[in-house]
Order: sequence, then C-alpha cells, then structure tokens
Amino acid sequence: MNYGIPMQYFLILAAIMFFAGVYGFLTRRNLITILMSVELILNSVNINFLTFNRYLFPHKMEGMFFSLFVIAVAASEAAVAIAIIINIYRRFATINVEDVDEMKY
Amino acid sequence: MAANQIMFVLFSAMIIVFSILTVTSRRILRAAVFLLFVLVSTSGLYFMLNYQFLAAIQLTLYAGGIVVLIIFSILLTSHISQKFESPGVKKTIFSALAALAGAFLAIITILDYQFSATTEAAEAIDMKVIGKSLLSVSHDGYILPFEVISVLLLAAMIAAIVVAKKGGPGHNEIPNLKQE
Repeated sequence: MNYGIPMQYFLILAAIMFFAGVYGFLTRRNLITILMSVELILNSVNINFLTFNRYLFPHKMEGMFFSLFVIAVAASEAAVAIAIIINIYRRFATINVEDVDEMKY
Repeated sequence: MAANQIMFVLFSAMIIVFSILTVTSRRILRAAVFLLFVLVSTSGLYFMLNYQFLAAIQLTLYAGGIVVLIIFSILLTSHISQKFESPGVKKTIFSALAALAGAFLAIITILDYQFSATTEAAEAIDMKVIGKSLLSVSHDGYILPFEVISVLLLAAMIAAIVVAKKGGPGHNEIPNLKQE
C-alpha cells in the first residue's frame, strides 16, 4: 500500500528522534534547550500517530485528530514555558537550571 | 528506487542528523535553526503520508510559530556568540547510555512485532471531512476535545500574559546574584 515504504521505517525514525530528545533533556542545562528537546519528543509522537493511522486504520481519522490536538497542546505549552523562562531570567539574570534553585518569591 | 523512497531517505536522514545536532550543538541559536530543519522535514513526512492539512499545520504552527517564539526568547535571554560549556563526561555517558538503551529496546520491539492492517478501504481526508468531524456531535465527532483544546488555548494565552508581565513595585529589579 503505502508506496513501498514499510511502516517500521517510520516508527524507527520516530524512536530515534524521541530518544535524541530524551538525551537532550538529560544533558542540557539551559531551559530553552530543554524546551527544544521536549518539542522533539512531542514531534516524534506525532509521527507515530500518523503512521499508525495511515498504515493500520486508513478508514478512520483518530490518529490525525490526536496529533492535531498534540500540536495545539505543544503550542500552548511552549507559550507558557517561554513566559516562565522570561520571568525567571528577569529575576535571576540566568536561565541555567543549576543556578535557579530558589522558589522564594 | 521510486521517487517517494528517495524522498523518504532524504527526509529521514535530515531528521536524524539534525535532531542529534539539535541536542548536541553548543551554540543555542544554531540548535534552534536545526530544530527548524527537523520540523520542516517532519512536515515533508506528513505530506508523504497524505495528510496535507496536518503538514500545513505543522509548517505554520510549529516551524512558523514555535520556532520564532524560541528564537525570540533566545535573543532576549542569551548572547548569540555564547557557547555552552559541554556537559560533564559522566553525565554525557550516562545520558547517552540511557537514550541508546531506550532506542535499542524500542527498535527491537518494532521489528519484532507483527502489525496487521485492516482491509477496509482508505477514506479520503479533505478539508470538508475534517471540518465536519471536528464540529460533529455524532459518533465520529470530535466536538468535545475541540472545545477542551479551545479552553486550554485561552487559558494558556491568559497565563502567558499574566506570568510574563511585570509584577508590582519592588518585583522588577534583577537581583545581582553574581556580585554577592
């Protein structure tokens, strides 16, 4: 069906992207780069949803709508996270996670 | 090799290389640009899977919106020429081990599992179908998650404004933590 590409290739690609995001989440110390790793993870999940939808259940649309909602959630998450990051920068003059260890208002 | 296979190889190579560069690059602005490349190639994959609407959403919202937001906040919070110090060797090794072990496990599972596709005919997904199912209250409708997402977007917008705006008097100064 889908044109000579096995669905496992898409899934393996998404797995590699997901674990690249996990690696970045574990090693990075800057809050914005951590946010970028989270975006990578969410994006790989979207690829998985669409692949399953297209290859296994082509007569339904659940995967497409779910990834649409994941994109919306990712957008609002990025907006709120960047607001928080800018607020942290205003208070601490740094966005390094190891220097921001105070929750005192 | 058919044309779509060549496209798939191209897109997947771009995704793998640039997502690894995104998490390892030591210049933050370059990492953001690599993230942009990853998102654009992902939208190319969506086109290959015949989800044109979602590919357009991916291009406008992710590659257009979120990356611009990230680049703006990078420009607000750090110097462009600043380089990160590389993370410690121990941390790098353990994170890489965790990521590699997870990827290995996931790939083994994917290759091992027998996926069985349905035999039903594929349904064409055009804008009319998408709009009707988003607003439909019938069995196949998605009106409830649609409403939930709209409330979530409103809440996120208000939250972003409230959190990022300046507080009252006495809360605006940047404390000189470095000089103490």
